[in-house]
Amino acid sequence: MKMLIAVIKPFKLDAVREALQDVGVQGMTVTEVRGFGRQKGHTELYRGAEYVVDLLPKIKIELALDDAQVDKAVDAIAKSAKTGQIGDGKIFVYDLKETVRIRTGETGKEAV
Amino acid sequence: MRTIVLALLALLPAAATAQDLNSGDTAWMITATALVLFMTLPGLALFYGGLVRTKNVLSVLAQCFAITCLVSVLWVLYLYSFAFAEGGPWIGGAGKLFMASVAEAAVSGTIPETVFAMFQLTFAIITPALVVGAFAERMKFSAMLLFTALWVTVVYAPVCHWVWASDGWLFKKGLLDFAGGTVVHTTCGIAALVCAVRLKSRNGFPTTAMPPHNMTMTVTGAGMLWVGWFGFNAGSALAANGNAGMAMLVTHVSAAAGALAWMAMEWFKYGKPSVLGIVTGIIAGLATITPASGYVGPGGALVIGLLAGILCFIATSFMKRVLKVDDSLDVFPVHGVGGMLGTLLAGVFASAALGGFSGQGYAKGMDMRTQLGVQLTGILAVAVYTAIGTAVLLKLTDLIAGLRVSGEAETAGLDQTQHNERGYDL
Repeated sequence: MKMLIAVIKPFKLDAVREALQDVGVQGMTVTEVRGFGRQKGHTELYRGAEYVVDLLPKIKIELALDDAQVDKAVDAIAKSAKTGQIGDGKIFVYDLKETVRIRTGETGKEAV
Repeated sequence: MRTIVLALLALLPAAATAQDLNSGDTAWMITATALVLFMTLPGLALFYGGLVRTKNVLSVLAQCFAITCLVSVLWVLYLYSFAFAEGGPWIGGAGKLFMASVAEAAVSGTIPETVFAMFQLTFAIITPALVVGAFAERMKFSAMLLFTALWVTVVYAPVCHWVWASDGWLFKKGLLDFAGGTVVHTTCGIAALVCAVRLKSRNGFPTTAMPPHNMTMTVTGAGMLWVGWFGFNAGSALAANGNAGMAMLVTHVSAAAGALAWMAMEWFKYGKPSVLGIVTGIIAGLATITPASGYVGPGGALVIGLLAGILCFIATSFMKRVLKVDDSLDVFPVHGVGGMLGTLLAGVFASAALGGFSGQGYAKGMDMRTQLGVQLTGILAVAVYTAIGTAVLLKLTDLIAGLRVSGEAETAGLDQTQHNERGYDL
């Protein structure tokens, strides 16, 4: 099992959801986060006081997947979240040790 | 006993009886009073609330509401008397303590004295509430309450008496201050400056970003302030007449001109017009026209508003970027500078000899030169007295209650540490 974490631009969420559904991935956890990599922030001005805002809003998607689905999912996210501009985001793949479905108690592959 | 009775009789509004009561004037003044209170609750509260960080939004609202309640009680107890009872050139007398002598039938001019007293109370409320902007996000609630009580007693009431009581020394000199360029804006502006310097900057200022947490709240408050200001200025006519009408017109013109001027300055200097700039320009225009509102015409108001937008903008930038004084919500550059500027300009645009920019004319025996002299005297006297008074009272407050919250409390936020509450639970 693998855990996939993707940080993407907020307006790309719908596209990524659809793309994941198309490859058979159901279910995800979405968080609103702030961050930056190489993308520069912007300046805001309030009555002459200038602030550089470099923590930019992003969306983090977390997916628990069976090993067989990982490549398809990574591919789907990478294609649908891309704009070609700096700040598109990143995908991280972790090894997932255990998964439990709370309602039924199922574990492992059945629970993912 | 006889002396007391005679003294009390002497304090009754001379020759004003129930027959002088004008229901039109009274109806308007009751309305104006409500409008001015609305400026503080919730106008100013929202305006300031949106400008601070999320963790301090309640503290600002609490300060505005608490000040309203505190000053209201003190007004009844003794402030009204010190401000408006017959006394001397420097302070009112004891004739209206506890407002005991203000009967239901008592008349002041053409309106009930109760209405006059209430109207004036709303001014006494908003003035210390404005000062909140200078020490926002770092002053102890207890210290703020103590300081406010002392300040309205030692600074506001006397200055109010000097300018608006018929035996006040500036009133007698013929100072033109229709609705509070000196009494409200100069006092609160100077006090704000002194407080900001004395309390020192917020932790992290000016390098840490401290943008407004809720601009929509601020803009909502600004709208309430504009509308309420009609009560503030047009109500200062104390009657429902042409004077009030003109005051409303010039107030409106100045607000609009101030906003456009600030917007233009910002657009030119920083590249984009901001909403905060627009509403701050509005407030600058409103503050600046305040002392002049009963004396000038629409042409003069246009110039006053434009100058307000330009000069208050420059003052704000100067305070923030050059002096780096943390007058957190820019009370001095907007209200202080605006109030002083407007008081001076009242002396210019009151003239009936300026063609399209004419005002209502000078009082008998005055001309522009002599009037400007009086205006300058008033501004300086009020500014200097306020500065000294505020500094002394801050020192006293510090000795009794301290002034500033601890660094840790400041970081955690005043809502949590001073009030055990959260502004939002989203």
